[in-house]
Amino acid sequence: MSNTEKEPLFSPKNIKLLTAPLGRNNPITVQVLGICSALAVTVKLKPALVMALSVTIVTAVSNLVIALMRRSIPERIRIIVQLVVIATMVILVDQFLKAFAFDVSKQLSVFVGLIITNCIIMGRLEAFAMANKPWPSFLDGLGNGAGYGIILVIVAFFRELFGSGTFMGYPVMQKLGIYSVGYENNGMMILPPMALIVVGLIIWFQRSRDHALIEKK
Amino acid sequence: MNSLRKKIDRIKPHFEEGGRFSKLRSVFEGLETFLFVPDKVTVRGSHIRDSIDLKRTMTVVIIALIPAFLFGAYNVGLQHYRSIGIEGSVVQLFWFGFLKILPLVIVSYGVGLGIEFIAAQIRGHEINEGFLVSGLLIPLVMPIDVPLWMVAVSTAFAVIIGKEVFGGTGMNIFNPALMARAFLFFSYPGWMTGDKVWVEGLTKGQNVIDGFSGATPLGMLAIGETGNMPSFMEMFLGTIPGSIGETSTVAILIGALILIVTGIGSWKIIVSVFGGGLAMGLLLNAVAVNSYMELPAYYHFVMGGFAFGAVFMATDPVSGTQTETGKWIYGFLIGVLSVLLRVLNPAYPEGVMLAILMMNMFAPLIDHFVIQANINRRLKRLKVATNNIKK
Repeated sequence: MSNTEKEPLFSPKNIKLLTAPLGRNNPITVQVLGICSALAVTVKLKPALVMALSVTIVTAVSNLVIALMRRSIPERIRIIVQLVVIATMVILVDQFLKAFAFDVSKQLSVFVGLIITNCIIMGRLEAFAMANKPWPSFLDGLGNGAGYGIILVIVAFFRELFGSGTFMGYPVMQKLGIYSVGYENNGMMILPPMALIVVGLIIWFQRSRDHALIEKK
Repeated sequence: MNSLRKKIDRIKPHFEEGGRFSKLRSVFEGLETFLFVPDKVTVRGSHIRDSIDLKRTMTVVIIALIPAFLFGAYNVGLQHYRSIGIEGSVVQLFWFGFLKILPLVIVSYGVGLGIEFIAAQIRGHEINEGFLVSGLLIPLVMPIDVPLWMVAVSTAFAVIIGKEVFGGTGMNIFNPALMARAFLFFSYPGWMTGDKVWVEGLTKGQNVIDGFSGATPLGMLAIGETGNMPSFMEMFLGTIPGSIGETSTVAILIGALILIVTGIGSWKIIVSVFGGGLAMGLLLNAVAVNSYMELPAYYHFVMGGFAFGAVFMATDPVSGTQTETGKWIYGFLIGVLSVLLRVLNPAYPEGVMLAILMMNMFAPLIDHFVIQANINRRLKRLKVATNNIKK
């Protein structure tokens, strides 16, 4: 150990931890985790952004904490310990939002609290943080949170644009003046099923670009 | 005809592998087989050979739809002239309605076939005739006043998300025409409900004579205003506001006759849908607590899209059940759900569309259990037989 050179902070391996979840190992479109919140909070772009940020912070910090404690956590109660860490983080985020972004916190309602049950976070703790050093774990958490977030933002962008005709609350469609020629907002975009269809289309798009994702028959 | 054949044969090499237009091969093949019966036949194994193919099946359904289409055109004119209080001759009414429906048909076929052609080119498949029927069904289940771009969007959604995603014609889970209608219903509810959209001109703020209402019978029942209800005979003939092709039960029954005689549509499904509707209607009559529930059960057959759905949508061989027993169960549940949704859910005045889509989803499950039951029955028979031999 002593004669091996210390791994640089941003070695190719670590960079990959950060970027893989954005593409080929995306938690939503490839692993199909965390779907419920993707359906629930993507009607408007702003709550989706806040949600994406919250999940990224919770995943990254929980990953870091668990990685630091990984040698002292008893095997048989590890899930409980993980949950306590996640729950603490979620409460912190929730209180923070209530204090500084009350409107968004209202819109997100229970879904901030429900981050605790987000499969992505539990999955990362179990699959990665329990077996890796703190720094890679932190990067992995950041990467997966961002991978989740980017899909949320894409879905929310389309749902807000076509469902409400706005972008971050700015009335794009109205400014374009297409209501006067008979355009109407699509009511189905606001309903949860459409989020599922949009996620499906993203998966379709991604697979048609990256053939390695297609299962062999 | 011979000269046409020769011409086609002359340009054919260009479209074959390595030819100048080989990319457009499926377009060429589609048009060639549209004009001439394909000369390809199966060569191996024993097959029951019949001249019926997908194209001929679709053509029969189109013929069966013609009565409903013609009456729909007449009725569009009739409702319009009634709303402004002017008398008109039958030809005048028909022509007025025909010109109003034509753009819907053109948009539906244009968008749908366009997407099918593109999808076939990308995938290197042959062009399927599957859209020929859907393309006519879509305008027939739309209100007359719906904006054309909405028809285009719903058709595109139905063909891409409802059909091509699953692998194209024959692979779809849901009936494409109903997918288009459901998309419109949930996306732009203002154009699919209420008392304005069913009669040409009302949404544009045209003046109507006093006492005229553009509400459909189901719409009136849903809000409990039954004073203006048309008579049973009017609803049976179809001189009422509604989606273009759905109003006339007579025209639809003629279509049903064509489908049943030619064996294209399953009479079991049609009969069991009506049976299910009647059973649910009678049950609601028995426990009636309001005037809607007291409505005679057979009224449901002539209102809204019940008959149209039963004859043209539920019998779709792709999205329906395949087993004979399954067809009875499938149809019966469609009938039950349609009436249930209509009467007990005030949010959806018309339940047929949702009932059929829901049962489309369950059709493979029904088939699975029917087949399993058959396997189990035969296994039991086998066991008895082997036991007898042992003795």
